[in-house]
Amino acid sequence: MEATVVKTGTEGKTWGGGNNPLKASYGKMMMWFFILSDSLTFAGFLASYGMSRFKFIDAWPIADEVFTHFPFLHGVEAPMYYVAFMTFILIFSSVTMVLAVDAGQKMQQKKVILYMFLTLIGGFVFLGSQAWEWKTFIKGDYGAVETNGRQILQFLDTDGKRVALADFAAAQTDSRVEHTNESGIWYKSEPEYKTSVSFEQVKEGFLANENLLIRLPNKDENGQHIVLSREESITKLVNDGNLVVEGANLRHNEYGHPLFADFFFFITGFHGFHVSIGVLLNLIVFFNVVIGTYERRGHYEMVEKVGLYWHFVDLVWVFVFTFFYLV
Amino acid sequence: MAHEHKLEIFRGALKFKSNVSKIWGVFILLSIVTIIEVALGILRPEALVGNKFLAMNLLNWIFIILTIVKAYYITWDFMHMRDETVGLRRAVVWTGVFLIAYIIVLILIEGDYIYEVYKNGFIKFNF
Repeated sequence: MEATVVKTGTEGKTWGGGNNPLKASYGKMMMWFFILSDSLTFAGFLASYGMSRFKFIDAWPIADEVFTHFPFLHGVEAPMYYVAFMTFILIFSSVTMVLAVDAGQKMQQKKVILYMFLTLIGGFVFLGSQAWEWKTFIKGDYGAVETNGRQILQFLDTDGKRVALADFAAAQTDSRVEHTNESGIWYKSEPEYKTSVSFEQVKEGFLANENLLIRLPNKDENGQHIVLSREESITKLVNDGNLVVEGANLRHNEYGHPLFADFFFFITGFHGFHVSIGVLLNLIVFFNVVIGTYERRGHYEMVEKVGLYWHFVDLVWVFVFTFFYLV
Repeated sequence: MAHEHKLEIFRGALKFKSNVSKIWGVFILLSIVTIIEVALGILRPEALVGNKFLAMNLLNWIFIILTIVKAYYITWDFMHMRDETVGLRRAVVWTGVFLIAYIIVLILIEGDYIYEVYKNGFIKFNF
């Protein structure tokens, strides 16, 4: 013990320690660097989305045609409004969060409680909205046919309006029996992905209805989808058609390229996961504020730290909103 | 810990009386920017979609610039980056901006190259 040098002889000098050149506490600074590294993760996701989009630039779905629904407005084309609503929810919860931080710096416990509570409400509303968005996306809209080359064929009438598969598919013609363990190969089970109509029914219905055309996901020079003539449509469907796709999952996507759905689930899912963590952290800090932990501690720095994280979640959404829904 | 806030935005053109009024001011600014974005996204004016600048149409340029404007005000005023020391600000912002710009440029060029290969190549690759 005696041999240990206790003094370095640098006390009071620049490298003697004990000074904070960045004037930020350890926790706050580390939150900033965590945010930096996390933003690189999101940048990686968005960049790979951009790469896939550039790779299939002329067959990429247009977000305006995919996200057209608004709760309680059935059959009304409302592109963008719902995501705009979600954006406002998140920005507003950011505002209440920063108001909570401000009240915390002035040691006003009551105000911190109120603003943290409003922030939590905003977080829950956002998560609920995202769940609804996912549900609508997974359920699908009109349905489509996938070719052997995994191209998506969508159906139009001669007026250029989208037609749902159920509206023209022929009535039950094939007598397919559901596979069960007892009556078939015991280790095989029905595929999980089952559509309401079979490809044979769609083909039959398409041939019977003279006014149906096929629209390709590919776009012409003007950025409009290519619509095939009646003869081309029949050839395309009969020769290349493979299976019916309704809605979207990680393998199939009725709106266009399957990668679009994959990235939608990954990026908005990863963001939604961050929002959930943010809500959880906010909840813990909220209860600590209520029971007066920070009042006894003498400062509300925890509120500032979760505040930084919460704003970061909002910041990421701003970019997701632009690159997924606008551009 | 002292909590001094810089209350000026727009390089001093707009100075708020208190931190709370600055927060509301920035909220109004962010809302206006979002409303412009959504309106342009719904209308998609032909003049902006049709004209290109550096291989991207003007509408997308506007969207990206407005997004960076929003990101700036969220970071600077909601996350109080404006009040941090220059050293911390640069350590976080410059690192992030450099690395993100770098990956995006490289990867988008690569994506465009693969598109050209798919389109013009005599050999179909299995990527």
